[in-house]
Amino acid sequence: MSVVASEQPIWRPSRGKAGMICVIAVESCIFLTFVVAYLFYIGKSATGPQPKDVIELPLVLVNTVALLSSSVTVVLSVKALERENFGAFCRWLALTIVLGLWFVGGTGWEWKGLMQDDGLYIGTNLFGTTFYSLVGLHLLHVVVGLTMLSIVLILGAFGLVRKRHAHSFDMLSWYWHFVDAVWIVVFTTVYVIGR
Amino acid sequence: MSFPKIILALMLILCCGDIARSNAADSVGVAPVVCAPGEANINAGELNIFKSASPPAHEIKELAWLVIGICAAIFVVVEGILVWSIIRFRKRARDVGEPVQVFGSNPVELAWTVVPTIIVFVLALATVRTIREVQLTEPPEGALQVDVIGHQWWWEYRLPTLDGSGTIITANELVVPVGRPVWLTLRSADVIHSWWVPQLNGKTDVIPNHVNHLWFAAERPGIFLGQCAEYCGTQHANMLLRVTAVEPAEFDAWCAAQELPPVNDPAVAAGKQQFLDLACMNCHAINGVSDGSFGPNLTHLMSRTTIGSGVAPLNPQTLRSWVDDPQNLKMGCNMPSLKLEPEQLDAIVAYLLTLK
Amino acid sequence: MTSVNHPSSAADEVRRSFGARVHSWVVSVDHKRLGMMYVAFGLFFFVIGGIEAAMMRAQLAQAAGKFIDPTTFNQLFTMHGTTMVFLVGMPILLGTANYLIPLMIGARDMAFPRLNAFGLWLFVFGAALLYYSYIGAQGLYGTSAAPDVGWFAYAPLTSKTFSPGNSTDYWILGIMVSGFGSITTAINLVVTILVMRCPGMSLMRMPLMCWMMLVTGILVIIAIPVLTGAQAMLLLDRFLGAHFFDTQNGGSAVLWQHLFWFFGHPEVYILVLPAFGFLNEIIPVFCRKIIFGYSLMVAATVAIGFISLSVWAHHMFAIGMSPELNAFFSATTFLIAVPTGIKIFTWMGTMVGGRIHFATPMLFATGFIAMFTFGGLTGVMLAVVPLDWQLSDSYFVVAHFHYVLFGGTVFGIFAAIFYWFPKATGRMLCETKGKWFFWLLFTGFNLTFLPMHISGILGMPRRIYSYQPDRGLEIWNLLSSVGVIFQVVAVALFLWTVIDGLRRGKIAGNNPWNAWTLEWSTTSPPPEWNFDQIPIVGSARPLWDVANPHDPDSRHEEHI
Repeated sequence: MSVVASEQPIWRPSRGKAGMICVIAVESCIFLTFVVAYLFYIGKSATGPQPKDVIELPLVLVNTVALLSSSVTVVLSVKALERENFGAFCRWLALTIVLGLWFVGGTGWEWKGLMQDDGLYIGTNLFGTTFYSLVGLHLLHVVVGLTMLSIVLILGAFGLVRKRHAHSFDMLSWYWHFVDAVWIVVFTTVYVIGR
Repeated sequence: MSFPKIILALMLILCCGDIARSNAADSVGVAPVVCAPGEANINAGELNIFKSASPPAHEIKELAWLVIGICAAIFVVVEGILVWSIIRFRKRARDVGEPVQVFGSNPVELAWTVVPTIIVFVLALATVRTIREVQLTEPPEGALQVDVIGHQWWWEYRLPTLDGSGTIITANELVVPVGRPVWLTLRSADVIHSWWVPQLNGKTDVIPNHVNHLWFAAERPGIFLGQCAEYCGTQHANMLLRVTAVEPAEFDAWCAAQELPPVNDPAVAAGKQQFLDLACMNCHAINGVSDGSFGPNLTHLMSRTTIGSGVAPLNPQTLRSWVDDPQNLKMGCNMPSLKLEPEQLDAIVAYLLTLK
Repeated sequence: MTSVNHPSSAADEVRRSFGARVHSWVVSVDHKRLGMMYVAFGLFFFVIGGIEAAMMRAQLAQAAGKFIDPTTFNQLFTMHGTTMVFLVGMPILLGTANYLIPLMIGARDMAFPRLNAFGLWLFVFGAALLYYSYIGAQGLYGTSAAPDVGWFAYAPLTSKTFSPGNSTDYWILGIMVSGFGSITTAINLVVTILVMRCPGMSLMRMPLMCWMMLVTGILVIIAIPVLTGAQAMLLLDRFLGAHFFDTQNGGSAVLWQHLFWFFGHPEVYILVLPAFGFLNEIIPVFCRKIIFGYSLMVAATVAIGFISLSVWAHHMFAIGMSPELNAFFSATTFLIAVPTGIKIFTWMGTMVGGRIHFATPMLFATGFIAMFTFGGLTGVMLAVVPLDWQLSDSYFVVAHFHYVLFGGTVFGIFAAIFYWFPKATGRMLCETKGKWFFWLLFTGFNLTFLPMHISGILGMPRRIYSYQPDRGLEIWNLLSSVGVIFQVVAVALFLWTVIDGLRRGKIAGNNPWNAWTLEWSTTSPPPEWNFDQIPIVGSARPLWDVANPHDPDSRHEEHI
């Protein structure tokens, strides 16, 4: 039952790409909600520790460098897989995960300081509420990303990841880039604007 | 046919279980006590938004007529064409084949984009004009400034004394002078409520941690009724509003009476002592006697016409029933029954009845 | 391309046990089965939500009624609203889209079939979690722990202070979980529509239903996460001592409202755009004319999608926003009336000059146009801010949104069920019963909701378990309650019609309505793989082109 075929080619992204773009859109909206709440409550904490008193920029900057570098390493890993250089693929992926874990550990260290030294908890004041929820939401996404990357690394170590998986792995790397991009937004909101 | 029956049965079981359990918990009066036979219903009245009695309500009414007029005209035209199409283009037996396929028409599509845009533009202009008239950002000149505090499920009012140096604190029933603007400052002690007396103005929400304002000016003496218009919990339905507008001289007399200290009748000293010894004083203030702020100020309780923010008329029987167990009249309200002995109850009620 | 589950003969089908058949449905990733399960669950909750409403109307039939106590009533209106929006509207609309979209675009399934199944079962679990609250725990005054904070759950009524116990938690978690299901389905729909159209089907050759679902899917992707975020904040408040909406510690009740309505307004467009989609398919077929002005319909739909993200605070005119903000949101709300009106006019323009056959789908579609126009006009009235100051939170608003959601969406759903039931099951539904159903429902619906406009004008607020006598409200409330009887009878008749149709309906054949879109080119019901051959199309009405080779649509494409 065919009739006249259409002349122009129609732009067709892959299912994975379109799907990941949608996931990123959903996640962006969730993050935006917490960012809006953060901005709304800047300067409104009547009592308790205030941002400029407790924020330690050097530590956070180091964590940030680690996380953003991991975006570079993951791109290298994707390219290695596309070239079927499985050794390089695994090494760059492992480095990505290590950098991500550095970020997680560094953030944990930061929180430990805030709680033990400054007495800032989620219920202390509005700053505590919005800080821990926004940074925590991001941290949760980092952990989810690291889990997925680790699964790929383990599969890769067993030699089960082949070139035909490069596109799917690329889409996973997009998620990782998204997590990093969100960190730039969160960093700006909390450590630049909010301070 | 059995499927819907099963659903119905399940729901009935669930809900009957619900109702049975709640009925078991002694809910005798789930509805407001209306009135004694022969007595007019104290809450009878007109809350019709078109029976305006105050400038902002008039403005809204005028605008409403304009808007209803425009929308009614659109309704008649659109539904008229719909009905005409249904009749005129109904398939007839003699019709054969398909009708002419019309893909669109630029002029027609332009028309039904532009004309509605013009109509809504007109409505927008009218809207903005009336917003400016009704929503004032500062008190009108000479306004009586009243603080309203919304509580779960009663209203607190604080007015300035006649000489402006002090505060009159009362509950649930607001008395205002005719012809003078009243500027309400709305605050909430707990959750979101909404102050709505349709004949005086539209509503404005009463939100904790967020101060709002509302104004009106009663143009004639009378009782203007309303109720809370934002769901605020169990007894939202019985958080009634009662605004009594009186001539200025009568208003001054009312203020003077409210400013008097509470009646201290030695005949009911026993009741007053009970009031202080039991937990009553913790929630209720009587000026110079007790300091509680969780419940209404009772200094001039008997100057009011209803109890429980309108749930029943105020008379010795309803007062006794209320003090005995408020849950009888207003199930779910925040005042507990103190399970008083009849003698204690009589004494306290006798005392309260003297607080004119 | 046969699948493992597809039986090879009728005899095999009979031999499969009941358990095996149920199992095949439960593990299915076929969009058609998932779509039908979505619709079935949605209809089940429609009955439950209807019972909740009927109980409320029984209580309100008289002033100072004593049928139901305040706490139970407050639970009923909360659960009724929550059920109808999240457990009826969303699943039925997303479910029918699930069923139809791959068939309409000439695809074999959705882009992510397993994700599709995951979404359905998330929805089911969320619904079960929400309804478990009725029996799961003790609430206040001996009632159940069902949520009683209203479907929009304003803070700080939802804080631990004012809602101790777990009712609010059931509301949050039940909706959050079903919300994830809606999000995954929306992603699936958007990706499927963008990526899996058959050769020749450009975006401007898709059935308009697909356009509606594309915009709806994008709205879900933008709006529901905001609700999820707000609910997560509320959970943090309730369990970890956070202060997002804790007004006693500096939090803001208004923030909850902004976040909720930023979701809540697009949500109502999510509930109505698919119904518009149904009408876009049904009206042309029963008028025997192509839709009047396809391009403008697409433009209007996209415009509605955009503008709907900018009107949210028209639910908040009474909270004391500045005059400028009030005016802004009023203006955007007026603006959205224009593309919505364009749709109504377009349908009527399609009817004019047509040859209208009033089968049951067309009856419901016409009823939709009539009721939705009325509801849309009361919406325009509510956009007039000062009038909203009188009428918001009154029964006038209840009347308005029931006209657009019941007279609109629900009527659209029934139109769709009567239209596509033959395709999904291979059998026709009885026309006579269908017509009785329509007229009973139409009568009952108007009898219930038309008087509510008056109750609102007479000062009756929403969400009150009992109203004062002698305020002129009795007669209007009584009429509203009487209307319920008609609706109950109507819905019972509908359920019987469906069951009767499944058992003894006339065999439908591929295209009983002589329609023109791809789903009618395959068998009824379609095989699991949808099409024996993936079609190639040259216009928006492929089957019209086949039936009318002397005048195919492809010749008129520049006019569309």
